[in-house]
Amino acid sequence: MSHIELRNVTKVFGAKTALKNLDLQVEDGQFFVLLGETGAGKTTTLRIVAGLDKPTEGTMLIDGVDVGEWGAAERDVALVLQQYSLYPRYTVRENLEFPLKSKIRRVERDEIAARVERVARTLRIEHLLDRKTDRLSGGEMQRVSIGRAIVRKPRVFLMDEPLSALDAKLREALRTELKNLQMELGATFLFVTHDQIEAMSMGDRIGVLNGGRLVQTGTPYEIYNRPHNTFVARAVGSPPMNLLDGDIADGQAVVARSGTGFTVSGRVSAQVNGSAGKPLIFGIRPEDIRLESGGPGEATIHDIEDHGVEKILTLRAGETTLKATVPARERVRIEEVVRFGWDADKVVLFDRASGRNLAVG
Amino acid sequence: MAAVKTTSEVTLNRLAVVAVLIITIIFLAPIYWITATAFKPRNLATTIPPTVVFEPEISPFVKLFLRRSQLREQPTAEEYAEAPWWERLVFDGGEKIVRDGKGNVQLSGYPSRFMNSLIVAISSTVLAVGMGTLTAYGFSRFKVAGEQDWLFFILSTRMLPPVVVAIPMFLMYRWFGLNDTHLGLIILYTAFNLSFSVWLMKGFIDEIPKEYEEAALVDGYTRMEAFFKIVLPEAATGIAATAVFCFLIAWNEYAFALIMTRRDAQTAPPFIPSQVGSGLPDWTVIAAGTFLFLIPVAIFTFLLRNHLLRGMSFGAIRK
Repeated sequence: MSHIELRNVTKVFGAKTALKNLDLQVEDGQFFVLLGETGAGKTTTLRIVAGLDKPTEGTMLIDGVDVGEWGAAERDVALVLQQYSLYPRYTVRENLEFPLKSKIRRVERDEIAARVERVARTLRIEHLLDRKTDRLSGGEMQRVSIGRAIVRKPRVFLMDEPLSALDAKLREALRTELKNLQMELGATFLFVTHDQIEAMSMGDRIGVLNGGRLVQTGTPYEIYNRPHNTFVARAVGSPPMNLLDGDIADGQAVVARSGTGFTVSGRVSAQVNGSAGKPLIFGIRPEDIRLESGGPGEATIHDIEDHGVEKILTLRAGETTLKATVPARERVRIEEVVRFGWDADKVVLFDRASGRNLAVG
Repeated sequence: MAAVKTTSEVTLNRLAVVAVLIITIIFLAPIYWITATAFKPRNLATTIPPTVVFEPEISPFVKLFLRRSQLREQPTAEEYAEAPWWERLVFDGGEKIVRDGKGNVQLSGYPSRFMNSLIVAISSTVLAVGMGTLTAYGFSRFKVAGEQDWLFFILSTRMLPPVVVAIPMFLMYRWFGLNDTHLGLIILYTAFNLSFSVWLMKGFIDEIPKEYEEAALVDGYTRMEAFFKIVLPEAATGIAATAVFCFLIAWNEYAFALIMTRRDAQTAPPFIPSQVGSGLPDWTVIAAGTFLFLIPVAIFTFLLRNHLLRGMSFGAIRK
């Protein structure tokens, strides 16, 4: 049973602030994903939880106990890294046994063998047990890494981009496996990635990090549909949300540089009541844009990406471009002029100056 | 076509082979010379032109190990007949073996000098490499205040030819009573080699991803356990390479050994040439001493050859 909490954690490396007043909670049994670009502070957060780094300020609790002074060994966490996480010169079996042979764990020899067998079976690496780790493929290595983590039954699993070094197909397969494993074990996972698809598909909750600050925490649904600011809107979704400058005048959304006025729903216009003409950014997901003959907007099709199940169009409307995801059956040609509209209810309004979602306040 | 060689390329290739052969011969000539001389009868050692074909003898080695003195009068036929084969070899050279009151054969100075060399070189190598590895690990893995300055300071101890400080060192050693002691030489050679060892080992340890140890820390091991279980085996190549260099330096060191030691702790390098000066030099004995002196280094480097090859090219291939 484990619950992780970081309270007001700041980490400074020399002149660089890696984390700034970070508050984070991971509930017991939760799959929590930290999403962010390189240098956003994801790995630093993980290392602080693991006890490999000490925060400059703030408190770190596991199950409500302040573990600030505890070393990595005492925290009973498991760490899976992108690479270099297997001990070279050791066989797979020795790697799996290694955490159990530590003096502070004191696991009986029979118990070690049994646990290694069980883990090998779970991860389907039984045939590799006596192989040296440098004779493994990338996917096998990561399986063994994960095995070395679960063999210990730790309180928390920490994963630092464990799938990033793998090729796309394997990544997808392991993603599912890892998620299933987490649910089976009922374990607490803190998973770090820069890949929004990984975050969306695996996380129970996602924390989006930007420049050492946690900009939003929520379920994948909340992150996707109610991004708190333009950063999150851009970070999640593929292709990302269209962000169009404009303002609202006479109950109509006027998108700048395209000369198009769109309808907005009452819910949306209520957010700006009394401040018509305020500089805004309209956020609209590509799948909420529709090609329709009577649509208010006019655009030229600039590019078509056919993904089989759907087509992703790049539309040129006046001086702006936007992406639209349309059903694959839609027959379009490049340079064709089309009319389009949007799902008025799905529009998200951001303040242009601060980038904040007006609905969130 | 790259596979087909033009005539000029073939010629160049042959020239290169010849050049390599010549260079190899030049390098090996002194070793051949010493080895050959070590097995020559004394009267053939200094002939001009050099004798190439001869019947090898073991007598230089017998003479090397035993204490001898000049024969004033030839041994009687009985004496000669009773003497063991090795003593006859000495008689043949116009010398006799010095025996103590009980008639026991006495050893020459060489075996003890050789032992001294082994003791001093091995101890100082172990110390320099051990301390160097730990220091390098510290510099590599932890934030050390003024790290660059410290490293420069360590390196700077090598920037001055050591002989410059020989006299002050000698006086200091006399004050501490370290002259002509094993400990004195060991400390000296360890100090010589330490800076080198730290720098070399730092390079090797920097190459080992710190993720390995961090994984071990998280897996429930202490920093020390992680160091011994993970870092040390990974650094074996570097340690071997560093050890060979340190051993060679300590084994070959001449100047300080000459100044700081007299008898008890004297190593082989100052001892061997000191034999030239007494009476007519017996070059075969000196060659035998030199030949034996080569062997430990040859064995040591041979055993570690694989590590050395990887060690010399470190940074270029790993990862």
